[in-house]
Amino acid sequence: MTVQSGAFVSFKEVQKSYDGETLVVKNLNLDIEKGEFLTMLGPSGSGKTTCLMMLAGFETATHGEIVLDGAPINHVPPHKRDIGMVFQNYALFPHMTVAENLAFPLQVRRMSKADIEQRVQRALDMVQLGPFGGRRPAQLSGGQQQRVAVARALVFDPKLVLMDEPLGALDKQLREQMQYEIKHIHESLEVTVVYVTHDQSEALTMSNRIAVFDDGIIQQLASPDELYELPENAFVAQFIGENNRLVGKVTAENGTHCTIDIAGNAIQALAVNHAGVGSVSTLSLRPERVFINPGDGLCPNVFDARVEELIYLGDHMRTRVNVCGHDDFIVKVPNSAGHVHLKPGETVKVGWQAEDCRALDAPAEAA
Amino acid sequence: MAQVEAAPGIMTTADGQPLKLSLQRALRRSKIRAMLLVAPLFLFILVTFLLPILDMTFRSVENQLVSEILHRSVPLLQQWDEKTGDLPPEDVFQAMVEDFKEGRENRTIGRVGTRLNYEVAGMSSLFRSTARKARRIKEGPYTDALIKANKRWGDVETWRLIKRESGTITLSYYLAAVDLRFGSDGSVQAQPENRQIYVKLFVRTLWLSTLITALCLVLGYPISYLLATLPTRTSNMLMILVLLPFWTSLLVRTTSWIVLLQQEGVINDLLVWVGIIADDARIRMIHNQAGTIIAMTHILLPFMVLPLYSVMKTIPPSYMRAAMSLGANPFTAFMRVYVPNTVAGIGAGGILVFIIAIGYYITPALVGGTSGTLISNFIAYHMQVSLNWGLAGALGAILLAIVLILYLLYDKIVGIDNMKLG
Repeated sequence: MTVQSGAFVSFKEVQKSYDGETLVVKNLNLDIEKGEFLTMLGPSGSGKTTCLMMLAGFETATHGEIVLDGAPINHVPPHKRDIGMVFQNYALFPHMTVAENLAFPLQVRRMSKADIEQRVQRALDMVQLGPFGGRRPAQLSGGQQQRVAVARALVFDPKLVLMDEPLGALDKQLREQMQYEIKHIHESLEVTVVYVTHDQSEALTMSNRIAVFDDGIIQQLASPDELYELPENAFVAQFIGENNRLVGKVTAENGTHCTIDIAGNAIQALAVNHAGVGSVSTLSLRPERVFINPGDGLCPNVFDARVEELIYLGDHMRTRVNVCGHDDFIVKVPNSAGHVHLKPGETVKVGWQAEDCRALDAPAEAA
Repeated sequence: MAQVEAAPGIMTTADGQPLKLSLQRALRRSKIRAMLLVAPLFLFILVTFLLPILDMTFRSVENQLVSEILHRSVPLLQQWDEKTGDLPPEDVFQAMVEDFKEGRENRTIGRVGTRLNYEVAGMSSLFRSTARKARRIKEGPYTDALIKANKRWGDVETWRLIKRESGTITLSYYLAAVDLRFGSDGSVQAQPENRQIYVKLFVRTLWLSTLITALCLVLGYPISYLLATLPTRTSNMLMILVLLPFWTSLLVRTTSWIVLLQQEGVINDLLVWVGIIADDARIRMIHNQAGTIIAMTHILLPFMVLPLYSVMKTIPPSYMRAAMSLGANPFTAFMRVYVPNTVAGIGAGGILVFIIAIGYYITPALVGGTSGTLISNFIAYHMQVSLNWGLAGALGAILLAIVLILYLLYDKIVGIDNMKLG
């Protein structure tokens, strides 16, 4: 097979099965650009980690080809792939000091002692652990171990760095801090990173592009903002960010827009991915795009809603209302000057734009 | 409520009691509980383990027999100067004859003979024959009478020996245990060549134990690795196979080795049948060192596998993967990352197998022949056959000392806290 130009890493029609009966990865096609930070995002069991392991060489693809830097690597053993990897639990070698851990990839490459020393120190400085070279991993905090793992995956200038849920074991604050650090390291080194996570905020923060995995298939591959604002199917809409889901039947369609009937209410929506008039469709609507008591004529969709529950969250009020027979409809009311004060039990009007309401495919359980 | 006044620096409870006292009282119940839980086992260990060890160690130096039974002559002997080369004076001979008469009546004199026979051959028969004749000695001069009864009483060496062994403690058992003895002049010298066996046995025991430990490691390491890396269901199945020997009687296993390995046994028959060896050149694999090594390695293998397995089980597979992703080939990754992390298991399994092997008894006794017997077989021999408990105690104490030294060395090199047994 000839290699497509441009892509640095590409999966071509890759399939993976462990038991010969079910496919964990179904026909994966994915091109990753040089210098890109690509995140594979998905729930557990979606096939994302399997893809990463195939790329690292710890799993073999059942079918298809994986190309790295112009050369197919299906039959290259892991230690010859020149791919750095950060593992879920860091996998730092406990019997070596931090400096020895960092020197390991350089020693097996038979670099000179002076070279090794210099590179190790530079890598330690990069992750702000300069004075910690003599310590054992067990003497470091979780965040420091994490940094050592990142430094070790980068110290030998690999072609590609893979990260397998590297921040999963850290607490929330540290995780956010490390997200920025990894992002900055990526930007300053211009290294290609493939990152696996199930945490959507992590993916949104760090990535150039995100591949949302579910059921062994990439549901959508797009930049973070596109993914959030223009989800292409019900799974992505539900998985990324908070989302109001209304299920109804498509009654009319005119070009870009369509009309959905939900419990007798006709809702104007943007036609994105429904199966045509008469089919079941999921409407996806972000809570922050819903207005309370909109002015007359501003929104094509205005309905009565009963306030069920108010949750005070500081910068906004999370308001649960009952609309069109759905009592899990969330509206975010910003805590701005002069915002409406709602009381549970009262009835208000809620409205939204047709463009913010995307008619997607039928939900999985209704299909 | 009134504030409770307290001395400065002493924490008190709300009602003014010192906090430490109150805490002690609160902890006392749980301490008593813990002690009661430990007490039965502690008593059991004390009675069945610690006291016997102390007793046998004491026996290895204890030497009251001679001075107790020859209670008339021994005090008089102390005044005799053995270096002059003269026989002891007449009163010593007279006291000795009386000791013999009393010893014969109490049937204790033979024990002195047996005891002294450990040091110099022929003492036992000297004492037996003298005891028979001593009752006919009615009057002096006792010196001549005793020498007439047995001419060895005219030998200064006999008296020197009695005097030397009349102390309450003796080192002669320990000397014998390392193939040394007291010479007639009281100096330490080597045993005659044909009686030197124990040093050779200690060396053989240590060497065979080391070899068996090494064999267990070589055989056990790969299987432990397999067990630790296989999925749990398969590894549990294999683990049962590893543990199966534990559920079979030791004797059954050892004797089945005899069936397999003897010259008319299964393996030899098979080799002859296949034509690898001639019928008259059957290999001797049992009742010699080879038998001891094979059978003991088989029996001790689980003691190596279990600690290794338990350590390997805790090594995440990501270590090897990390090493390979960093560019190490599988062999380098294994040697530089996996093996160093199993040192605790190697140490624990090694020291366990070695210590069990060094004191092993049944298997060498059954399949060892003469070239495969270990020091413990001789300890048992002296306990049960020769009844030289002093020597048995000395050999046992030396063995215990070797084990303790090795243990301390292990602690120094690997660290006993790193030991993981399961």
